[in-house]
Amino acid sequence: MIIDPIKNGIVIDHIEAGKGKEIYNFLQLEDLICPVALIKNVPSKKNGKKDIIKIDEIIDIDMDVLGYITPEATVSIIKDGKIESKRKIALPQVVKNVIKCKNPRCITSVEQGIEHEFKLVDKENKTYRCVYCESKAND
Amino acid sequence: MRNLLAITDFSVKEIDELISVALDIEKHPKKYQEKCKHKKLATLFFEPSTRTRLSFESAMLSLGGSVLGFSDANSSSSSKGESLSDTIRVVSCYSDIIAMRHPKEGAPLVASKVSSVPIINAGDGGHNHPTQTLTDLLTIKKEKGRLDNFTIGFCGDLKFGRTVHSLIQALSRYTGIKIVLISPEELKLPDYVKKDVLEKNNMEYVETESLEKAMPELDILYMTRVQQERFFNEQDYLRLRDSYILDVEKLKNAKKDLNILHPLPRVNEISVEVDQDSRACYFKQVENGRLIRMALILKMLEDK
Repeated sequence: MIIDPIKNGIVIDHIEAGKGKEIYNFLQLEDLICPVALIKNVPSKKNGKKDIIKIDEIIDIDMDVLGYITPEATVSIIKDGKIESKRKIALPQVVKNVIKCKNPRCITSVEQGIEHEFKLVDKENKTYRCVYCESKAND
Repeated sequence: MRNLLAITDFSVKEIDELISVALDIEKHPKKYQEKCKHKKLATLFFEPSTRTRLSFESAMLSLGGSVLGFSDANSSSSSKGESLSDTIRVVSCYSDIIAMRHPKEGAPLVASKVSSVPIINAGDGGHNHPTQTLTDLLTIKKEKGRLDNFTIGFCGDLKFGRTVHSLIQALSRYTGIKIVLISPEELKLPDYVKKDVLEKNNMEYVETESLEKAMPELDILYMTRVQQERFFNEQDYLRLRDSYILDVEKLKNAKKDLNILHPLPRVNEISVEVDQDSRACYFKQVENGRLIRMALILKMLEDK
């Protein structure tokens, strides 16, 4: 499978296999009019396989969203066919409006217009807790 | 501007200061009777809790201040669909300080983000109830003369019991405290409290299902009510309600200087015959609650 190299754009590499679609949706890449490639299950020396996203335009990427979904990813900015910068993603300290609290007793379940905010409490186990009710994300 | 949303919002030093002021208020009530003259406390109780609301109101009145508010959501604009944020924005124009109880967890944090006056969390669902914890700490301090080096047993609903979680969190900042967790399997202390509070702070703790076996080593016994409103299923509530009842018989193996605490209201988890025992401290807690809330209101209005 051949995908043309991009001249000016962004490559999100080393995405955990299977998470590419989730990132595609969270970053709302379907709204872009430029070419976007989501490549799944690419062979990877490190993890066996990975996903890659190529965007044929330089856009603002929400690093917190990326970091929360796939902290191992890298983001490369391509300018004039060359890598201008390459950035490793890290787990964000706080994620806003990426995940919703599932605790039915949490104030976020009824109060309109407030941000769904989660705080990193345990980096090792990638544990986030709702800042309002302290429920674990994805519990 | 200070808010009190969780007990950890205040340092150990600040809590010690509050306790000192509360003890001074008890000794010299007249000195404080006009300290909050012309100040207004709003008590916003989106779910009923007569005891806590009256404690706050009595505290403010004892300081010479005034009170306004509502005692359940049906008598507020939230019954018309008003958001919590809007209610708080409005009430903070009418008052100098707000004490609020809300059935949803994290509601006081939302309130604190939009309020122009200090917010005191008077209980948010199964989450935090810091003024009850302050009450408990004052009671322990008065009864034992210290807040370190004792064995405390928590009995009953340790899963949903927010007073238990808050007190354990508060005690984690003192030394030499052993925790005995006494509950049925279904109502055990959640793992995250064990991991994030007990284990993180290297606190000694044991879990048991037997109140009788735990009794001889306890310096303090903290009883809790199995609350119907925390259950989705009535059958589960009825099955567990009577699991742990303290009576005179069970107290036979207890230390002579044991202190029995309970956040109240009690249903049947402590037999009324125990009320006559000098070790029962739960009605003393009620007065301590008023004293510590007076100290708290003073502090928060001074820090404003």
